[in-house]
Formats: sequence, structure tokens, C-alpha cells
Amino acid sequence: MLSLIGIVVVVIGFMARLNPLLVVTLAALVTGLAGGMGPIEVVETFGKAFKENRYVSVVWVVLPVIGLLERAGLQERAKTLIGQIEAATTGRLLLLYLVLRQATAALGLTSLGGHAQMVRPLIAPMAEAAAESRHGALPDPVRQFIRAHSAAADNIGLFFGEDIFIAIASILLIKGFLEQNGIFVEPLHLSVWAIPTALVALLIHGSRLLMLDRRIDRALAEARP
Amino acid sequence: MIGLEVLYVIGGAFFAAISVLSARDASNPKRWKNTAFWGLFSASFLFGSHLPDLANGLIVIAMVLVAGVGGLGRGEPRTTTPQERAESAARLGNRLFLPALAIPLTALAGTFAFKRPELGGLVDPKQATLVSLILGVFVALAIALPMLRARPAAPLQEGRRLLDTVGWAAVLPQMLAALGAVFAAAGVGAAIGQIASDWLPGGSRLAAVAAYTFGMAIFTMVMGNAFAAFPVMAAGIGLPLIVQRFGGDPAIMGAIGMLSGFCGTLMTPMAANFNIVPAALLELSDRNGVIRAQVPTALLLLLANTALMYVLVFRF
Repeated sequence: MLSLIGIVVVVIGFMARLNPLLVVTLAALVTGLAGGMGPIEVVETFGKAFKENRYVSVVWVVLPVIGLLERAGLQERAKTLIGQIEAATTGRLLLLYLVLRQATAALGLTSLGGHAQMVRPLIAPMAEAAAESRHGALPDPVRQFIRAHSAAADNIGLFFGEDIFIAIASILLIKGFLEQNGIFVEPLHLSVWAIPTALVALLIHGSRLLMLDRRIDRALAEARP
Repeated sequence: MIGLEVLYVIGGAFFAAISVLSARDASNPKRWKNTAFWGLFSASFLFGSHLPDLANGLIVIAMVLVAGVGGLGRGEPRTTTPQERAESAARLGNRLFLPALAIPLTALAGTFAFKRPELGGLVDPKQATLVSLILGVFVALAIALPMLRARPAAPLQEGRRLLDTVGWAAVLPQMLAALGAVFAAAGVGAAIGQIASDWLPGGSRLAAVAAYTFGMAIFTMVMGNAFAAFPVMAAGIGLPLIVQRFGGDPAIMGAIGMLSGFCGTLMTPMAANFNIVPAALLELSDRNGVIRAQVPTALLLLLANTALMYVLVFRF
């Protein structure tokens, strides 16, 4: 039970808005010590785990290209393109992205999106431009609200699409767990049961996105008395 | 064979360049801290596989002290003005999308191609997607550099501009993955599973289903990752109660249970790469801005998952 103290450190640290790197490292050290490791062993365990998870940070190598294209006006071009489409609103645009992201993830094409490659250079500027072409320049809180929703659409589309694909990591994890306990299921049988939740997710978040334009109207009305 | 080690050398070279460029940027008041932080990270990438675990651990602790106390600074590499960008965008038109779309398209094509037997042995099949993504970066650069007539140093400086906007948050997802490994080694999962099964309301099917779906979401919020929560919750509640005592379908228990965990992922800063990193990348002043946008969907969907599980799991 003592090993749970690391979770307490994490919860308090995040609530107190301390630097997350400090909080996470402290939690790792405390957990290891409480779990009966020596101080050297804890640092070794943490260092080994950090080294083995370097693949998580490899994606930052995309930043030079994205930055180079931004320098040449990629965001501006994305905005112009959306500004020309009369029917484009922030809500409809993000709904379209949600549907595309979910559908492609369901086919296993999870690399077709992402925050660094897709949301920052293309989706967020387009979502902002769709609101700008109706309302003119946006106050900062509204701009940030639209950006946050652009990132949310990417996450929700990915999470509730990918499990429909049979060879995704989470499906293989479930299959592996059940097998260890003597229950054999086909991956296809698992991914079929991801479909009801995927449809409900599309329904719930899609409806929220369709209401987004009215929320933006209201936020703008409050910002400009 | 091209695998993770090659990617680590590429990543290490990129972070080393960031470190050197930071050192030469006098506009950043904390430039030596940035230099040290990205230099250490680069060392971990380049040499981590050959260093003893203790040295890797000390590198992490040094990085955390550099960034955690007083934070990192932001450099101001020379970039284009909004005016210049508008002109460039008008001149280049839709051709600008070509390199941007080359990244995901190469990632996609590579993922399929590198798994074919004819190309077997060229790329580690387990890392085909990540290798293809990085290959996509080079394809995009090969298209963009001549098109924009940019100097080779320009992408590195622009990369630094973006990496400085993200700051220390860039390392947080990897750090949290390492925390998960320490949690596992110290037996945190087993302790939580114990609590869950001790507190479990026996008897009712609905109570078992709700304890399982909400337990998945809450434990995922704590661990930042549904993959860490699933084996614990499924072994603590899903399998013994829903499947074995009440005769529920194991596939539905597994699939909808995992998706309940994903609802938790949408609500926690511990899932840094989905929630904290985009907030930094999109320059939101509220670190939890993305989470705020997601919470209503996550809660409604968690209720829906509980209802779906209750209706479906005992019927098939």
C-alpha cells in the first residue's frame, strides 16, 4: 500500500501547479523508495525506463519542416483557403475533421493526424479563419477556445476510431490479457464491440461541435458590449 | 536494418543542433539553461543505449533540475514577419500544402511498404510507422528546401522556435512513460487492484459494471494511460465479477472497458502528449485548456459506455 504514495505526490503536485517534470521525478523516486528499492536502484530504474521510452520523443523531429512551412506562410494559406468557402464555420470544419480522423483511424491510418503535423499548421488556423471570416478579428480568449477545440477533435477522433482497427496496440493488449486467463477471442470480435462506442462518441462530440458556432457567437457578444 | 537506434541518432543530432543554436542566441535571457537542457537530452539520445542505467538516471535528474527550477527561456530566432508570410503564401499558393501532406502520406505508404516481404530486413517491422514518419520529414524537406529557396540552417532555426514554444513539456510524455515503468516495478497496479476489489459492492450487476467502467476511467486519469489501467481493472473487477460471476461476454468486457479508460485519458494532465503538449504547441495560456474542451464529451461518453456495457455484456 505504501507504494501508492507516488500517486499522492502526482495529484498534489499537479493541483499545486508545480513544474510537472519535478513532480513526476519526485513521484518516481518516492514510489521506488517506498516500494523497497535503494536510492541508487531507484535512479537506475528511472534512468533505464527513460532511455527505453525515447521513441516517444522522436516525433519532435517533424518540427523543423513545420516551422519552415510556417515561415513561408502555410498557416496564412490555410486561412485563405477556408476564408473562400462560404459555408465553412468553425463547428462544421471541426466536425468534418472529427469524422475524417475517426474514419481513417478506424482503418488503421492513425498517422494521418496529430498535433504537431496537422493541428498546429493546418486545422487550428483553418478553424480560426472560419470564425474570422464571419466575425472579423477575434479576441484572444475566443481564439484560444477555438484552438483548444481543434486539439480536442483530433484526440477524440483518434481514440474512438482506432479500436475498430484489428491490429491496433490496445486491441492486441486486450487479446493478450484474455489469453493469459485462458479465454481466446479473435481481434475482429473485439474490434466489432468498439463500434457502438465509436458511434456514440461521434454523436456526442459531433453535436457539441455543431453547437460550437453558437457558443462562439455568444462569447463574442459578451466580449464586445 | 533501420530501427529505433537510427531514429535515436537522428533525434540526438536534432536536439544537439537546438542546444548549439540556443547557446548562440543572446536574445534568450536563459540561453545557457536551454543549452544544457537540450544538450543533456541529446546525450541521452546519442549515447543512452550504451551508458549504464545509473548514468541515464543522472542525466534525467540533471535535466529536471535545469528545467524544473526557474524554467527554460525562449529564444527569438529570426523568422518572417506576418507581412512577408502573407506575400509568400499568395505567391506559392496551394503548393505550400505539398510538403506538409508529404509527411503523413509517406508515413502511411511506408507503414504498408516496409511490412511487405520484398522489403523485409530493410526496416524493423515493429517500428515501420515511426521510421516512415521520420522518412516523411526528409521527403518533405527535400520538396520544401528547393521550393522555398531556404538555407539548410533555416529549418533548424524554425524548429528551435517551435521547440522553445513547447519548452520542457516536450519531454513530459517520455518522463511519464518512465514513471509508469517505476510504478509497475514498485507494484502500484497490484495495490490499486486490491483496493478496487476490497471496496467492490457485491451482488448487483449494474454496480459491478459501473465500478469497472468508472474504475477504468479514474485509474487511467491517475496513470495517464489506459494500457496501464486495463490489466489491473480487468483482473480486479472485469474478469472475476462481470465475466465469471455474472456470465458476461469477455470480448465486450475488454473492448468497452478499454474505451472507458480512453474517456479518462481525455480528462487528465497525466496524458501529456494528448493534453499538455498540444496546449503548449497551440500557445494556450491555460495549460488545461484542451482538457476543458474535452471533459463534457468524456463524461457523457463514460455514462454511455456504462449503459452500453450493461445492456450488451450479459446478452451476447
